[in-house]
Amino acid sequence: MNLSDTDISALEKKAEAVRETIVRMLAAAGSGHTAGPLGMADIFTAFYFHILNHDPKNPDWEERDRLILSNGHITPVRYAAMAHAGYFPVEECMTLRKFGSRLQGHPERDKLPGLETTSGPLGSGLSQAAGIAYGARMDARKFRTYCFLSDGELQEGNSWEGAMFAGANRLHNLTALVDRNNIQITGDTEDIMPLEPLADKWSSFGWHVLEIDGHNMREIHDAVEEAKAIIEKPTVIIAHTIPGKGVHDIEGDYRWHGNPPGKGPTDKVPADKQEEVFLNEIRESAKRA
Amino acid sequence: MIYENAKLSDQVFTDGIGKAPTRDGFGKGSVEAGKKDDRVVVLSADLAESTRAEWFKKEFPERFIEVGVAEQNMATVAAGLANYGKIPFITSYAAFSPGRNYEQIRTTTALNDVPVKVCGMHAGISVGPDGATHQMLEDIALMRAMPNMTVIVPADAEEGRKATYAAAFTGKPAYLRFARDKTAVFTTPDTPFEIGKAYYLWKGEKPKVAIIGCGHLLYDALLAAKTLQEAGIQVSVINSHTIKPLDTGTILAAAKEAGAIVTVEEHQAAGGLGSAIAEFLSETHPVLMRFIAIKDRFGQSGEPSELMKEYGLTAEDIAQAVRDLANHEA
Repeated sequence: MNLSDTDISALEKKAEAVRETIVRMLAAAGSGHTAGPLGMADIFTAFYFHILNHDPKNPDWEERDRLILSNGHITPVRYAAMAHAGYFPVEECMTLRKFGSRLQGHPERDKLPGLETTSGPLGSGLSQAAGIAYGARMDARKFRTYCFLSDGELQEGNSWEGAMFAGANRLHNLTALVDRNNIQITGDTEDIMPLEPLADKWSSFGWHVLEIDGHNMREIHDAVEEAKAIIEKPTVIIAHTIPGKGVHDIEGDYRWHGNPPGKGPTDKVPADKQEEVFLNEIRESAKRA
Repeated sequence: MIYENAKLSDQVFTDGIGKAPTRDGFGKGSVEAGKKDDRVVVLSADLAESTRAEWFKKEFPERFIEVGVAEQNMATVAAGLANYGKIPFITSYAAFSPGRNYEQIRTTTALNDVPVKVCGMHAGISVGPDGATHQMLEDIALMRAMPNMTVIVPADAEEGRKATYAAAFTGKPAYLRFARDKTAVFTTPDTPFEIGKAYYLWKGEKPKVAIIGCGHLLYDALLAAKTLQEAGIQVSVINSHTIKPLDTGTILAAAKEAGAIVTVEEHQAAGGLGSAIAEFLSETHPVLMRFIAIKDRFGQSGEPSELMKEYGLTAEDIAQAVRDLANHEA
């Protein structure tokens, strides 16, 4: 699959729209996670608008690529990307976390078509993705399975059990992508329980390891294409991202892991101005880029 | 007397009765299900021989998946396989699965609502010498509290075979509980089995007490029923192999007929079959009950027969509970 400069500009424009929706939906919800979804907006946009073989109007299509989101708490970015891709109206994003909504606080497979799995409790997505990839290989199916994980959830043992299983079984139809943003809910990953040397860990579990800038569309595209070409083992893409990316005032600040606009730290922006200021910063940031 | 429609073994009260562990039923039933449908796969966490998963492996090596000593991974890989379209059975000791991987089963199988079949072997104190760590006594409570989950405890190896086969084709999550020790095979291929449908093993005339149980202790319940009949005390014995969904119709009728109930299970009294029946009857038709079960203790090493005595799970214990209730009624 090719990716032209025009394509990249279009994707970046989409990512801006996805970020705006994330901020608006979280402010409307009054709770939820901000930093992770903004940090993963470029990657989700690249997948839903360029990489995934999928059909928003037929989410159960058997040949679709499977995208498993292991760290369910960043689901606002998935909802926003799905809405912009045509799975459901963008305005439905404003029902996030509300009673009766299909957009549960953590994603639920039975509520909203296209989610693939229910997730939230950390560490179990990679094994599920490996199970899907294993089953697909048994039946010689051609679709690919992708699993997005957070870096913090790599502190869960189940993550490494899944990595060991996928490596041992050489599941090359599986690609994992780690959101390496270096934060978790109470601080920096390397202060709380260090993950480094992270690339070496994956490599020693039998994975082909790539490291990219998770905000660079070209690098995202190239890594996914390389993963498709590696048939000896599964590939993990360690995507270095900036939590809160696009909102200058909160970039890299772990305190925004679990707070929505309007409820977060007020040392830079007063609570009642956060939604408006963040939306402006996203537009400014997109102009600079 | 033995209920004719139950079609029990004609050797039921003789020394000639066959003995086999209920886990053998899993081995046979999984192979039968595998022959019927190539979506069936079996996962093992390094215990294939003792869980009888090896029987499936021999027939269908390409559909057998070894995950190593990793029960959390086994549960989540199986959820992925089921999500894709397979019918996975996951096998280990009940102490580890669902003991170790409870949350994975809760989120990725039950809440996802995908048809993973969790098979917990070596449940109960009848594991014997291995001791308390390996004697799972809380699994029924854990699994029946979980929405979307069916819970089945087969009475013998033959019923284990039928339950395994039937569970394969429900399209829903299920928990099946099996035991290590050889116990009487008192049902036959002609004995009725339907998930969610309890049935009589023994029907006394105007019974004073209904004994409702699950698992291999039902054989001891039959021995107790025979002894009691000889002493002039009439009872019913009902096999409630499915704890969830409970066969409330059969249980309500039995409670109304007998007016008192003894429940029998190799599990903590808290949260097991007895609890499920008590929850139901206390809202519909309260009757006096006695619970033959483990009373808030862990197991320990010993021969199964020694442990049954120590924990009050013998035929004599069942008979005594019936006498208590019968006297109370009188």
